[in-house]
Amino acid sequence: MLANHRLLFPSLLLVLIAFLTCIGLTTRANNENKEEVSVANPKLADGLAAWKQIYSVLTSPRCINCHTATNYPQQGDDRHRHFANVVRGPDGKGVPALTCVGCHQTLNADSTGAPGGPGWHLAPLSMRWQDMNNRPLSSAAVCRSVTDRSKNENMDGPALLKHHQEAALVLWAWNPGRRPDGTMRTVPPLTHAEFVNATRTWVEAGTPCPPGR
Amino acid sequence: MATYQINVNGQSKKVEVDPSTPLLWVLREDLKMTGTKYGCGISACGACTVHLDGVATRSCIVPISLLENRKITTIEGIASDPVGRAVQNAWVEKDVVQCGYCQSGQIMSAVALLKATTKPTDTNIEDSMGGNLCRCATYVRIREAIKRAAEQLT
Repeated sequence: MLANHRLLFPSLLLVLIAFLTCIGLTTRANNENKEEVSVANPKLADGLAAWKQIYSVLTSPRCINCHTATNYPQQGDDRHRHFANVVRGPDGKGVPALTCVGCHQTLNADSTGAPGGPGWHLAPLSMRWQDMNNRPLSSAAVCRSVTDRSKNENMDGPALLKHHQEAALVLWAWNPGRRPDGTMRTVPPLTHAEFVNATRTWVEAGTPCPPGR
Repeated sequence: MATYQINVNGQSKKVEVDPSTPLLWVLREDLKMTGTKYGCGISACGACTVHLDGVATRSCIVPISLLENRKITTIEGIASDPVGRAVQNAWVEKDVVQCGYCQSGQIMSAVALLKATTKPTDTNIEDSMGGNLCRCATYVRIREAIKRAAEQLT
């Protein structure tokens, strides 16, 4: 019995070392595979790099504040809940007597600080880019959402590019007007031209999404 | 300064104001229609609610330059609308008003709600009236009056 006990520890140690070595080799092999993909398919690598830029815009306050998972929009760079008890409503346009367009006109009202654009509304819940605790979804999750035609109003790559180029409320993000205190609202981290160029690169690469959840 | 021709309660009005002037102040200062109230000035309380083409709108944050050609309805003109009349009757019947300051906005919002939802539930009322604050806390009577008006209209 004692001899068996003496042999047990070295045996377990050997098994553990073998297991860890195996994991190490597998991880290295995976990383090498990824590098191979990047080297072998530079278009894909460019596409993923472009998506990273796009994601930085989509999750900036001017965009993500209206892509909530909750029953209300957000406002401000701190993305706090919209004031005045505003709620989403059945079609993302508020509820009778408290509609989005009841305050948000077709243009920014710089003298009063109310932002505006044509058809102001929340993105549908299928295009939520946050979780229920108002945390932005991962890059992979947002990418999957944006490219899922059952969720994105059936937009393929070229349609997504056109949306980013021309949609009035997308363009508003780069012309968000003044806050009630007269200061300018912040804009996304890329210029609109950079955003469109990144989208074009991403679309031309086949709208690749990063791996992961 | 600029000249604007606006339609208020079915009447054409000509005003000469700075384009950045909120509709609320055009109504109160230039047209002397003081039924629409100034509460917060940032669209947070609903006291200034009017209708623009039937949409309940916070007049304190809409500059006159953005009105386009939309028809403005204020508390002074709401009684000529059957829903508006029913709401005002219900307000009297249920003795809703306490100090009364917020009630112009409350009635304008209630009319917008009932025009869209003929049989509003408690949730409908809470959601739609959630942007109209009442410091006298007449909310329970407001809800009763909206339901009473809905009954009268069906």
